Amino acid sequence: MSLSSKKDLTAKIMRDKIYSLLLQDKRIDGRDPKSLRPVTIQTNLITKADGSALVAMGGTKILTGIKVEIGSPFPDRPDEGIFTVNAELLPLASTSFEPGPPDERGVELARVVDRSLREGGALDLKKLCLIEGEKVYAIFIDIYVLDYDGNYFDPALISALAALATTKIPRYEVVDGEIRKTDEFSTLEFAALPFTTMIGIIGEKFLVDPQIDEEKALDVSLIIGTDEKGNVISIQKNSPGPIPVNLLDTLLDVAIEKTDEIRKKFLQEVPAKLASERGGGVESRI
Amino acid sequence: MHSIRPRLINENGLRVDGRRPDELRPIKMEVGVLEKSDGSAYVEFGGTKVFAAVFGPREAHPKHLALPDRAILNCRYHMTSFSVEERKPLGMTRREIELSKVIREALETVAFLEEFPRASIDVYIEVIQADGGTRTAGLTAASLALADASIPMADLIAAVAVGKVDGQLVLDLCDLEDKYGEADMPVAMAPRFNSVVLLQLNGKFSPSEFKKGLTLAQKGIAEIYRLQQETLKKKFSASRPMEV
Repeated sequence: MSLSSKKDLTAKIMRDKIYSLLLQDKRIDGRDPKSLRPVTIQTNLITKADGSALVAMGGTKILTGIKVEIGSPFPDRPDEGIFTVNAELLPLASTSFEPGPPDERGVELARVVDRSLREGGALDLKKLCLIEGEKVYAIFIDIYVLDYDGNYFDPALISALAALATTKIPRYEVVDGEIRKTDEFSTLEFAALPFTTMIGIIGEKFLVDPQIDEEKALDVSLIIGTDEKGNVISIQKNSPGPIPVNLLDTLLDVAIEKTDEIRKKFLQEVPAKLASERGGGVESRI
Repeated sequence: MHSIRPRLINENGLRVDGRRPDELRPIKMEVGVLEKSDGSAYVEFGGTKVFAAVFGPREAHPKHLALPDRAILNCRYHMTSFSVEERKPLGMTRREIELSKVIREALETVAFLEEFPRASIDVYIEVIQADGGTRTAGLTAASLALADASIPMADLIAAVAVGKVDGQLVLDLCDLEDKYGEADMPVAMAPRFNSVVLLQLNGKFSPSEFKKGLTLAQKGIAEIYRLQQETLKKKFSASRPMEV
């Protein structure tokens, strides 16, 4: 059951202020409408996890941990490994989050990250198969919002990818149809690097990566995911409100530009292996 | 099975069910189909069959959820266990939780909730058979049910999915096309305002495909909107004998 949520009473006043600033291409935190907050990425801070990353985007902090297990493939994809994404909006992150199982916002976050990774083709799942139809790697991507200062979507995907990039996959050898764990580890190679950009709309104006006061005051918002080839791979309109249909082309262009910026930053900071576009060789970009 | 993926566009450029790329499935709409609700609708898009019912405005329950300035809108999108190939487990899946949210947000965009402070309006969508496009059919039905319940709205919501199968942009995906296609983009609009009220995308579009897809969706939405208006007019213009 999905329920209307309470609107912050200050949001209406803030909306007018944010809108009048946007008319001068300004924002309450000094950014211009198309600039992202600074992103910092810290990896491998949870040694018990197979991979982990803490990503801050402005004041929003997201921790993702990866656990790699052995599981059974889905019957319709017998030669592919599996991954699942979970997300929790922790009560310590915001007064608007409550303890308990993930509510619809947590479910939405997990599904948007999942969709972006899957449709963006981030992982070559065929490489995660051990014995076709029987044993495959099962990768659990668990995302926790630690501090919520607006837009948890973009940093959640960044942290999921950063955690995956540093995940150690235990190597197994297949002997007589049985799998046996070895002492060796390998790392994941990305087939593509999808990222998302959250865009908020107020009146006929828009801004990217809203911080918390902006996010509360927005008329409507959406998250657009793109890959490194400039394809759009996921979209989620995530709040009530109308989007003028003729604004969408512009928003798509902005999202492509901004996700490129995030991708560049990511590749500078994270030792991610991205399979080259021609296939075959492995390109290491550090 | 993934490995025996069917061919989705044949040599004549037609789809698995014989449609042209820009053709909707046969659509059926009816309002006032359920006795006890304040408004209801039944919608079919080909093999996709959906009921929607509206209760309210009525007292919000529990009371602490009531909002001082407007009604709360409750929305539940749900599929029957037998509506899909493999039995769906009872209760709400994560997919149903997410779709309930985006459908609720679309309805909140058009409904004048501020007319009914402290009240609740409950919208229940039940997919009894799923053959692709259940959220869009559900939203189309929910907007009819709200109108049937005389809830004031800025506009009706008409919705349809567009996608890409075998590299070709197509309107109103069926289940096979959704499963084996390259992209699925559900779009809902308030056509009177040229506003998008629900938008999601699963899959890969180039920017130009996205643009063309949106235009294709608008074409389908115009037809669905016309059918919605016809359906409502038919009900409300039906001659009623005067009671003495």
